Amino acid sequence: MSIAVHQTFPNPAGRKPASGETIFRGLTLAAALIVLATLLGVFVSLFLGAWPALHRYGLGFFVIQAWNPVTEKFGALAPLYGTIVTSIIAMIIAVPVGLGIAIFLTETCPRPLRRPIGIAIELLAGVPSIIYGIWGLFVFAPFMQTTVQPFLIDTLGTVPGIGDFFAGPPYGIGMLTAGLILAIMVLPFIASIAREVFLTVPDMLREAAYGMGMTRWEVNRSIVIPHVRSALVGGTMLALGRALGETMAVTFVIGNAPRIATSILQPGTTISAAIANEFTEATTNLYTSSLIALGLVLFVITFLVLAAAQLMLQRIKRRAGE
Amino acid sequence: MSYHFRKTALGAVLAAVLGFASAAQAADLSGAGATFPYPVYSQWAKAYKEKTGTGLNYQAIGSGGGIKQIEARTVTFGASDKPLGGDELTKNTLVQFPTVMGGIVPVVNIKGIKPGELVIDGTTLAEIYMGKITKWNDAAIKKLNPKVKLPDAAIAVVHRSDGSGTTFNFTYYLAAVDADWKSNIGVNTSVQWPVGVGAKGNQGVAANVGQTQNSIGYVEYAYALQNKMTYTDMVNKAGKRVAPKAAAFAAAAKNADWKSQPGFGVILADQPGDKSWPMTAATFILMHSDAKDGKASAQVLKFFNWAYAHGDKMAAKLDYIPMPSSVVKDVKKEWSEIKGEDGKSVWKASM
Repeated sequence: MSIAVHQTFPNPAGRKPASGETIFRGLTLAAALIVLATLLGVFVSLFLGAWPALHRYGLGFFVIQAWNPVTEKFGALAPLYGTIVTSIIAMIIAVPVGLGIAIFLTETCPRPLRRPIGIAIELLAGVPSIIYGIWGLFVFAPFMQTTVQPFLIDTLGTVPGIGDFFAGPPYGIGMLTAGLILAIMVLPFIASIAREVFLTVPDMLREAAYGMGMTRWEVNRSIVIPHVRSALVGGTMLALGRALGETMAVTFVIGNAPRIATSILQPGTTISAAIANEFTEATTNLYTSSLIALGLVLFVITFLVLAAAQLMLQRIKRRAGE
Repeated sequence: MSYHFRKTALGAVLAAVLGFASAAQAADLSGAGATFPYPVYSQWAKAYKEKTGTGLNYQAIGSGGGIKQIEARTVTFGASDKPLGGDELTKNTLVQFPTVMGGIVPVVNIKGIKPGELVIDGTTLAEIYMGKITKWNDAAIKKLNPKVKLPDAAIAVVHRSDGSGTTFNFTYYLAAVDADWKSNIGVNTSVQWPVGVGAKGNQGVAANVGQTQNSIGYVEYAYALQNKMTYTDMVNKAGKRVAPKAAAFAAAAKNADWKSQPGFGVILADQPGDKSWPMTAATFILMHSDAKDGKASAQVLKFFNWAYAHGDKMAAKLDYIPMPSSVVKDVKKEWSEIKGEDGKSVWKASM
């Protein structure tokens, strides 16, 4: 996550660097600069493309819920809301389950089972998102409609206060379904990163803790997880980045309705789903520009998430006195 | 395997690939646009290629994309389900003509209800899509279907999430029959839907309706048949109940006054006539009248000329309705407006 790139080695014996060395340095520098240039280029072209919409609607673009191609009234609020809500649902489920998988694999799993389960989780990460989308629509959504959603509506839906979040009718698809699919998709990221970093915890620490009579729960909670916290945050942020930008699978199951519904069982839309759905047939310049502006919003959000991750990592490091 | 043999084999493969690529490139017609006529265009193209060796490279990217691409002149012809008006045609020096027609049908998924059992009228459909009618046993639906047992269940509305010519024709019809729809929602390739879930493409709507109980959606007739969906009958402008059948689409087309609009841009929604299906639609081709590559334009016209003459059976097999011969005659007259670099018409009746 955070690799110190500015580390310099002292020139051994004050030797003049060979010309090959200079070229090599130049090439690696160029490779690094290409990344920066691409990033900047993407931002600039998104901004230019989004300008007509931003100019027309101003800051109102971010607070208007309407998405009306007939009257050309476009606002980012509904897709923004859907993006954030589905990602939150995904993280609420995927983070604890992913950590659980990782702890099981490193601590309690019988040795012969470790490899098969580990490989299965990595295979899960390799499943293309369109497969999740098709499976979500044809298998998961009907199951949600006939089983899970009626149950939620009848139980949580009647609880005062939170009932509005689980109001019917059961469509099968919707924000909750999309969030669950996203959770399945980001789970392998979290689980495999967590497993890798748990393995880096020195056995000495673990054994010392067990030696002091700590339980498994205490060892993991107080020794293992704090030791690798920064890497865990990094893995979680990577997963969040994927959840925010995931397109195909979400498009299949979210319902693609640019509305803000209180109930998470109702259809919504996300930024990437809206772009994927509407870009080919965006017939006017303002329409196209509004979609590009949505892309810009997603770009900025992802950027902020990663920046926040870096900030957190630095804080944790400082506290740890590294 | 000797080195020499390997080299020769590789050379032969390379030559074959290159030869194939260049041959395909030299002769292919290029077009882009609507997804609705794609199945019939590709059938025609296949048969045409067998006959003449000329292939068709058609990108089914949607009507909006087709309009954009022809305006940018990246293709020889564009295809759109939404006809352009006279101003748009003149501004972009485009010539427009219809190729085939089809029907849009409401499809439902209600336990125990068979295709054609339910009947629905335009206002009811508009009110369902506006969220005014929310239950299947609503009085308005019951009144139209006194003998059908309707469930006391919420209606799950499914619409297109992408911009589409199908949506354009569907909303055009709803606006024609319902004043509220006209003033609050309007007509476009995509609109701000007050209720329901969106699905991508005809196939997406078909899949969503198929998966969701007590749902309603609208798809091209061909998709309803292919997916064995429960379509409904409709009440047409004359107040008669009609079933979505090729004859009903043809009846709607017969009553249309094709010459009333520039570029034959007639929208076949809500046509008069006892047997007319209310949601019938034509699909259109767009070409530049000042073609940059006259030869390519002539090739495209040759293809559609062949399709008008020999493509009817293929179209009918796929549940599309061929254009009436009187319209085809007028279309060919209009083709003389398509001129090449030299300012001469690229189309000659003798071709």
